[in-house]
Amino acid sequence: MTDGEDIRVTESREPDMSDTSETAAAGGSPRTTALDATHRALGATMTDFAGWDMPLRYGSERDEHVAVRTRAGLFDLSHMGEITVEGPQAGELLDYALVGNLSALKTGRARYTMICDGQGGILDDLIVYRTGEQRYMVVANAANAQVVLDALHERGTGFDATVRDDRDAYALIAVQGPEAAGILKALTDADLDGLKYYAGLPGTVAGREALIARTGYTGEDGFELFVSPADAVAVWEALTEAGTPVGLVPCGLSCRDTLRLEAGMPLYGHELSTRTTPFDAGLGRIVKFEKTTNDGSFVGREPLEAAAARAEEAPPRKLVGLIAEGRRVPRAGYAVVSAADGSVIGEVTSGAPSPTLGKPIAIAYVDAAHAEPGTEGVAVDIRGKHEPYEVVALPFYKRQR
Amino acid sequence: MSNPEQLRYSKEHEWLSAAEDGVSTVGITAHAADALGDVVFVQLPEAGESVTAGEPCGELESTKSVSDLYAPVSGEITEINQDVVDDPALVNSAPFEGGWLFKVRISDEPEGLLSAEEYTAFASGS
Repeated sequence: MTDGEDIRVTESREPDMSDTSETAAAGGSPRTTALDATHRALGATMTDFAGWDMPLRYGSERDEHVAVRTRAGLFDLSHMGEITVEGPQAGELLDYALVGNLSALKTGRARYTMICDGQGGILDDLIVYRTGEQRYMVVANAANAQVVLDALHERGTGFDATVRDDRDAYALIAVQGPEAAGILKALTDADLDGLKYYAGLPGTVAGREALIARTGYTGEDGFELFVSPADAVAVWEALTEAGTPVGLVPCGLSCRDTLRLEAGMPLYGHELSTRTTPFDAGLGRIVKFEKTTNDGSFVGREPLEAAAARAEEAPPRKLVGLIAEGRRVPRAGYAVVSAADGSVIGEVTSGAPSPTLGKPIAIAYVDAAHAEPGTEGVAVDIRGKHEPYEVVALPFYKRQR
Repeated sequence: MSNPEQLRYSKEHEWLSAAEDGVSTVGITAHAADALGDVVFVQLPEAGESVTAGEPCGELESTKSVSDLYAPVSGEITEINQDVVDDPALVNSAPFEGGWLFKVRISDEPEGLLSAEEYTAFASGS
């Protein structure tokens, strides 16, 4: 059950995590992960997310959020879409298909990157792991996995490399939070101390084979474990057993959203879309014009060069953080307005009550003239009332290292 | 959590206590609070304000959504629960007790308010 759908007091006027932009177009009942029975036994509230039946929360989403910030949380992220690109020209293929310089990535390392359309619009944001000299794993958002797969197939024509749909080959379990390394250390043969942020290596977890990656979407230290679906329950249970004494709790997608929001991380369908380029989203640094493979050619290069120049000279809007002075919560789609005259100066892309700050927060695209941190007179139109907001630089939260 | 026998319920998931001197207490049910998730902000009608059965009279904000609060009966608000305004988590932790929302002097009540048994059946089917 999701909020707002089957209960009148909760007649939501807001899209929630099951809104159409993230729900697979295909009809029929949602897919379940290898951990479905585990979630139900834990009493999870489930939600349809991008065509998958996923845990929204197990108890209080605020408590789950706080657990990840202070102890550890355990997530089922098996909806994410894995695609393997393999062959002598796998790196060149990805250099052409994506905005990053993946041929330069060292084996065992990972990169945050994007795939754009021919106009420079963002088709998806991705994490790419180099898992071998001639092998990469591309991890796409569930809602975009088919689009990414189709684009890689199409753009891969003529390269000596294969593109393989590995969505069914993996379950993905994340353990995130300051206690994550200690919990995992007891269960793995891998050298976690030698595993840097944005690195991944093969190993075992609780005796099962896994790709162990030091990545996440929470703003905390943590790991993402790609395992066979057949091993998912055993790995989940081993992590639960090892982690419970130090405060690990199972966590749903609801707290994952507030965690990434505090950490200032974009979410496709909110901050990112085909109508935005990486430069519009303040992420121009991930576009590697300097790459030399394929004579520097890659899909979207020319429009992205224009977008880079525009962002340098006269950016129309900038992505900023907003912190509420009051208690009403800004939601995606709400207008950002000038408190002086009520004119629209931007739009909220994500908003939520922040458990860490104890106040509502939002990420918003705001006209450049109002986007400097500390700009006075910025408000959000919350159902007709203009509530004052403070403009801040992202992220809202950065962990102490 | 079971729905207390002595209360009556609306299909909008509010509960209503038996009237004392014509005044009833109103809150939302445990089922509704659970469906909302953590409530972070409540906006209630003001004391003295008139409310109409079936019409929105406030808002509840949770992590993922904002929801209208519906008046289960018509009447005049006599008191609001300042504790729940200050600490909205009471709606989740004690929906039938400390998380009550307001008191209303009933001028008219709609037909079709549910008994605990009827509401339990209704909520489990929803």
